[in-house]
Amino acid sequence: MRVHVDYVTRYEYDTPARLIQQVLRMTPRPYDGQHVRDWRVEIDGDGRLRAGEDALGNVVHMLSLAGPVRRLMARVIGEVDTSDTGGMVHGAIERFPPAVFLRETDLTRCDAALHAFAAEVAAKGGSKLDQLHALLGALNEQVAFDTSPTTSTTTAAEAFAMKRGVCQDLSHIFIGAARVMGMPARYVSGHLARSDGEIDQEAGHAWCETYVEDLGWVGFDAANGVCPTDAYVRVAIGLDYLGAAPVRGSRYGGGGEQLDVKLRVTPAGQ
Amino acid sequence: MLAFDEMNGAPDDQTSPEVRDGYTAVKRWLDDAPPGLLKARREQAELLFRRIGITFAVYGDAEAEERLIPFDIIPRIITQKEWAGLERGLVQRARALNAFLADIYGPRECIRAGIVPADLILRNPQFCLEMVNQRPPHGVYVHVAGIDLVRTGPDDFYVLEDNCRTPSGVSYMLENREVMMRLFPDLFSSHRVAPVETYTDALLTTLRSVAPQRASADPTVVLMTPGLHNSAFYEHSFLADKLGIELVEGRDLFVQDEVVFMRTTEGAKRVDVIYRRIDDDFIDPLVFRPDSMLGVPGLMSAYCAGNVTLANAPGAGAADDKAIYSYMPEIVRFFTGEAPILKNVPSWRCREPEALAHVLDRLPELVVKEVNGSGGYGMLVGPTSSKAEIETFRHRLKASPETFIAQPTLALSTCPTFVESGVAPRHVDLRPFVLSGADEVRIIPGGLTRVALKEGSLVVNSSQGGGTKDTWVLDV
Repeated sequence: MRVHVDYVTRYEYDTPARLIQQVLRMTPRPYDGQHVRDWRVEIDGDGRLRAGEDALGNVVHMLSLAGPVRRLMARVIGEVDTSDTGGMVHGAIERFPPAVFLRETDLTRCDAALHAFAAEVAAKGGSKLDQLHALLGALNEQVAFDTSPTTSTTTAAEAFAMKRGVCQDLSHIFIGAARVMGMPARYVSGHLARSDGEIDQEAGHAWCETYVEDLGWVGFDAANGVCPTDAYVRVAIGLDYLGAAPVRGSRYGGGGEQLDVKLRVTPAGQ
Repeated sequence: MLAFDEMNGAPDDQTSPEVRDGYTAVKRWLDDAPPGLLKARREQAELLFRRIGITFAVYGDAEAEERLIPFDIIPRIITQKEWAGLERGLVQRARALNAFLADIYGPRECIRAGIVPADLILRNPQFCLEMVNQRPPHGVYVHVAGIDLVRTGPDDFYVLEDNCRTPSGVSYMLENREVMMRLFPDLFSSHRVAPVETYTDALLTTLRSVAPQRASADPTVVLMTPGLHNSAFYEHSFLADKLGIELVEGRDLFVQDEVVFMRTTEGAKRVDVIYRRIDDDFIDPLVFRPDSMLGVPGLMSAYCAGNVTLANAPGAGAADDKAIYSYMPEIVRFFTGEAPILKNVPSWRCREPEALAHVLDRLPELVVKEVNGSGGYGMLVGPTSSKAEIETFRHRLKASPETFIAQPTLALSTCPTFVESGVAPRHVDLRPFVLSGADEVRIIPGGLTRVALKEGSLVVNSSQGGGTKDTWVLDV
């Protein structure tokens, strides 16, 4: 499937910012299921973008913009050819052995309830892959997709206690549970071309990948209860949201920030 | 517990001399001191410390945000001959720690060679992914190490832990000496005590030596503190003052185009070396904890671009984890090709089932430590713990064995200490500060002696009621 992404982020400040710094992880790299035909990151103003790579191999753009800055626009526009690999992620850049992805992080740490949940899933037995599908199913049953109660700093344990969350929260829960079940797991940020024809989206998508012996990395979309297909554009990976977030930023000055995001993910032919 | 005494020797050895080398004059002084003199001197010492303003904030102590660390006026003495051996061992240890870090953040040969299990490195929260394949300026990771030593006999020194992150306490080493020289000028004129005040010069020379290559011949060095509320803030301001460098907080610095600047009254000034006394997690909110208000956004990008030196390097803590500690003898051998000069305390790694079974069997005799704990917290000292405390630990051990190591309870040496009941033996340790620069390793003779003031206690940490002593390396 050919997927077209047009992602515009606009910031406006009531009082100008003196210095803005952002780390952008918005550029996909190829793997067996994804060929990047064309991809550009642009900003307006006099800011400088430095392209580089982070520890996990994600493409990173460092944005540094000296003020006064009243408004800033970053635009990402690109096109990717995808194929359905049944969730298998081969041919991606791997900078670390899978064991690194067993590390727990603040956002994915399991509390007693999550440990119990993971143990319950593991008790059903079967192969590692069976257990991951069981985890996917159980999460889908028990935790509802709901944008209202959580924020970008909500932890897996908090979201699990509320039994609600967005794709980020569901991914954190899945990752935390998979890790305590002994399986390396990581966070993926990217885009999803929706099957209902809706191309305007509120935010990017997030899912997980788990390392299964003899298979390699396998994707699981906890928010939708499926493995990723050719509708998914895989952009960045991390131990959790923080390592794969499309934007991490800081600014000096710049009061009264208004943020406006326009994201269009269009399957070719529409 | 019967322990070797630094002044009087072995408790049960009749052949040992009455007074050990170096202590003759101090013993005479203690014996001859008129009643009341020691008490008067201790009060004077306390007054001096109060005037200097040396304090230490204790976490979890709601009553006093800052208090004086108790100071004991009886010096701890190490002979020059003993020190020479320790010094060689410390230099070797520092070289090995540094080579180990260069390896785990580089080719990871020690994993391939089976010296250290891969999991212990890769899953260690202190193993900083961002540091992989980032060679720090001049290849130095641990510029300032605080290597804790304990003694159990005339020739038996053990490394208890290697502190490679932001070890503190050196200000006490310096101030203890200053106060002692004011109180007891006679003792100093009758003893040849190696000076310690050269530490600040050695530290500054070390920090300047590791400036990025592109920095000028007169690099700008700053000391970065988390701020007033940090337990070691006093030390940060003390050291910055002694070094003659700026004491900065994160908000005094900023990064632009991968270069670090300091705000000054004369405008922005480029910074070359940051002696940071702030944990990895907080140094850059764009890379580590996003809620950190203490760091500098973009600092890691400046560091990775080679434009600034961070001392110690991020991720240096991967070498001082207590699970890694148990592999140090092999690490020293692997990276230096020599037999380790300093001994390691034998350690059971509870992650290994056989070791765990053994530890659970002997819990009341052992010391159990959390792999990532520090400051004497999260630790069980079997022989001095209640049954309930031991049982609590047994549960914790069973629940997550991989987070613990266990060691035999060492009879730490004692040193005469002036306590309420008079002069009595109290257990001590020693923290020498090892400075590694681009050119050489420097160690000021001695270090900080910490003393457990409670009778029989083996916990010397200042956060748990420990005190300090002046440490003399003596030419006898």
